[in-house]
Amino acid sequence: MPDSNRLIRTYFWLVLFLGLRAFGNLLLASGVKHLPQTLAGDPMVYLRSMLDPSIAAGVVMLIGGLLVRLALLSVADLSFVLPMTAVGYVLAALLGRVFLHETVSLQRWLAVLLIFAGAAVVGSTPQSTTGKVGAAR
Amino acid sequence: MIWLLLAVTVVATALSDLLQSYEMKQAGAQSVGARGVARLLRMVVERRYLLLSIVCLAFSFFAFMALVQSAPLSFAVPASAASFILETAAAKLLLKEQIGARRAVGTALVLCGVVLLGR
Repeated sequence: MPDSNRLIRTYFWLVLFLGLRAFGNLLLASGVKHLPQTLAGDPMVYLRSMLDPSIAAGVVMLIGGLLVRLALLSVADLSFVLPMTAVGYVLAALLGRVFLHETVSLQRWLAVLLIFAGAAVVGSTPQSTTGKVGAAR
Repeated sequence: MIWLLLAVTVVATALSDLLQSYEMKQAGAQSVGARGVARLLRMVVERRYLLLSIVCLAFSFFAFMALVQSAPLSFAVPASAASFILETAAAKLLLKEQIGARRAVGTALVLCGVVLLGR
């Protein structure tokens, strides 16, 4: 595959993954906040909650995000994927602020940026330090 | 309640990742083609720690659902990154991974961010 095609494909999968995860979490959060019952504890409430269109769409998008992440890992290194996906923490704060009208204080923005930076630094370290990973089969 | 749900989310995520990492290192690198996915699925059924990791992942997901019901999304998603701290410590102690200076600095930044979120 030519380098330019590979680059376009990598960024296409990356943007799709970030979008699916961010909006999947947003739909999930939006759906569960409107449920009449509290989720913690009762498994039946969880099962019934899956019938809510917003929650169901959120779950489908999150599953789609997992599959897209697999595709992304097939064209890009894990050491590239992990720091880039840390953008998701900032996106979550942004979407919460814009769509759920959450109050995001300056302190919370600073915390989100610290977590983003930390996750990006952790993600940019070598993936294997134990030497146990074998050749692809 | 929010902190309890966050703790369950973080601990279950960290446990799931650790179990997956342990089993997949034993199994060696896998491909993601059609035959690779079939082999992965068979492996999930055959390896008990992988099965257990999926149970942990389910716990983590359901706890996260309950968490975002009562906590803001702008808190819940970044706070769930606390699993990085637990995973790094457990990877060092249990999986005998080497934690370099950069990874330690990154984990410390995540820790600072989570502490700031909680204040």
